[in-house]
Amino acid sequence: MTLLLEVTNLCTEFNTRAGLVRAVDGVSLRVSRGECLGVVGESGSGKSVTFASVMGLVRSPGRITHGMIFFDGRELRDMSPDEMRATRGRDIAMTMQDALTALNPALTVGEQLSEVLIAHDETLPAGRAARRVAIRDKCVEMLGLVGIPSPQSRLAQYPHEFSGGMRQRIMIAIALACRPKLLIADEPTTALDVTIQAQVLELISDIRARLGMAVVLITHDLGVVAEHCDRVMVMYAGQVVEEGPTEQVITQPRHPYTRGLLASIPRPAMRGQPLTPINGQVPDLVGLPPQCRFQSRCPMARPECLVEVPMFDAGPDRRARCLRLEDMP
Amino acid sequence: MTEATLASAPPADSLFRRNLRDFRSNRLAMASVIVVLIFVIMAVAAPLIAPQDPNETDLFRRLQPPAWIEGGEWAFVLGCDGLGRDIFSRIIYGARISIFIGVAVIVLATGVGILAGLAAGYFRGWVDVVIGRIVDILLGFPYLIFAIGLMAMMGPGLFNIVLALAYKEWVIPCRVVRGETLAVRELEYVEAARALGAGSRHIMWREILPNILSPVIVVSTIRMANVIILEASLSFLGLGVQPPTASWGSMVSDGRAFILEAWWVSTFPGVAILLLVLAINVASQGLRDAFDPRFSE
Repeated sequence: MTLLLEVTNLCTEFNTRAGLVRAVDGVSLRVSRGECLGVVGESGSGKSVTFASVMGLVRSPGRITHGMIFFDGRELRDMSPDEMRATRGRDIAMTMQDALTALNPALTVGEQLSEVLIAHDETLPAGRAARRVAIRDKCVEMLGLVGIPSPQSRLAQYPHEFSGGMRQRIMIAIALACRPKLLIADEPTTALDVTIQAQVLELISDIRARLGMAVVLITHDLGVVAEHCDRVMVMYAGQVVEEGPTEQVITQPRHPYTRGLLASIPRPAMRGQPLTPINGQVPDLVGLPPQCRFQSRCPMARPECLVEVPMFDAGPDRRARCLRLEDMP
Repeated sequence: MTEATLASAPPADSLFRRNLRDFRSNRLAMASVIVVLIFVIMAVAAPLIAPQDPNETDLFRRLQPPAWIEGGEWAFVLGCDGLGRDIFSRIIYGARISIFIGVAVIVLATGVGILAGLAAGYFRGWVDVVIGRIVDILLGFPYLIFAIGLMAMMGPGLFNIVLALAYKEWVIPCRVVRGETLAVRELEYVEAARALGAGSRHIMWREILPNILSPVIVVSTIRMANVIILEASLSFLGLGVQPPTASWGSMVSDGRAFILEAWWVSTFPGVAILLLVLAINVASQGLRDAFDPRFSE
């Protein structure tokens, strides 16, 4: 598989009143063509900001201080705003966390779908009438692809006439309208109930297989990752703490945080036993000392953990940010 | 359900249509709309409706009373003014001036206000500061005195009145648009549009503007009544439309000299102003109730 997205040592900072917050601190990641990467972490771990940085959507007071973002052989940070705008939506698309508010309430679904096509699709025919027919056909095709019944008649409806799951599907349809090479799905299921969640995730996996696109699935649900992702990356306090093939990371975590996350998931086999939460709080990102960020909550912490910890190789295609990864059972 | 039955289901009402239905069920507002429409028809079809030439003077009919008072005649229903001109016909022609100026000022002011407000709310930074300061400065002037000053500088004339009033009027839609833009630009769907590669122009016109239009329309109609009063005030002071063109404000002013012996000269144009302004106000209240979600139950 060839490389599609490669991010190296990305840092994104926010200059807040409380001080400088490094929301993304030296994140490196790779996504191959057609691959599904799961990004897991609790709220505020920097997973959304990482991909907002990739999309060039970090807004003041935030800014990318350094790092490289290569997409399809090009450095995104060197692109002009116009080039970046052309890339967004055409080559990389992103769906937002909350499907209920991410559609414009004043425009019909058809209008919103066709706007992406008009903006990015160069294959549309030139003639006015032919163009309109082509756009309409494509909109119908996209709504059909995401499983909306009778797409023809639903194109003229407004977002409030659709249910939450339908709206999430429409958002996915809009994101996929130009057949992007990479879809970044930012918590696509948080606003949905469990049965709809499963359908939407199934849909994303299904379309990924059919269109051969890569997907980055941002979530805080390890179960979702286990089911849908080839590889997983765990983030904590702005850093990647562990990454590797999903199967291996879940069965044999190499970082205490990942272990803690896995232990806190309820399982049928553990019925009747109390869950094991991770004690403590995420550290305040303002003025962090150069030491392991998890040591304050880590059951395996030792005095020597009070140093800056790099990523260590932890087997083929696996890395973890822990000094004691060899001691892990 | 099969595809066919789904497709044949009636399309659900759009929000706009539902609002319109709310508005139609409000009887007082509908009556006001009818009054406004009557004035509009009067203005448009003035030459067909007016029984007399509005500018024809006839000194034999000087201060002739309305038809139902002794000495009046039905051809001159509301009587005649100091130069023997038919007041009813002049009111009909005067509606043209009032409505034209009301509409022109509001269209101009709303257009400028939307542009400035969108720019200020969307770009923030120095654009917002500059526009905000201009708005503050203009708000500091009393409206009528500002308009009088401008009219004195530009000289009287229909077009100059429109400019003089629009100069300050745009501030109001501008502030509404800026405030709404600030709220809407942070919403998820604007961010989503950006993530799909939308440019600033697209975001302003397609994502933000359609979602803030309702309050802007409501504010603009409420302000239209105000503009009509201001035009009448300017004409009353002799700074508006120049004689002999009929304008309600100047007609009230013409009658001042005879207010004790010939009350009808000032009263009827005054009643016309009152009726139109009241009708616009009530209609716009209804419009607000129907279109502003905060007032719908």
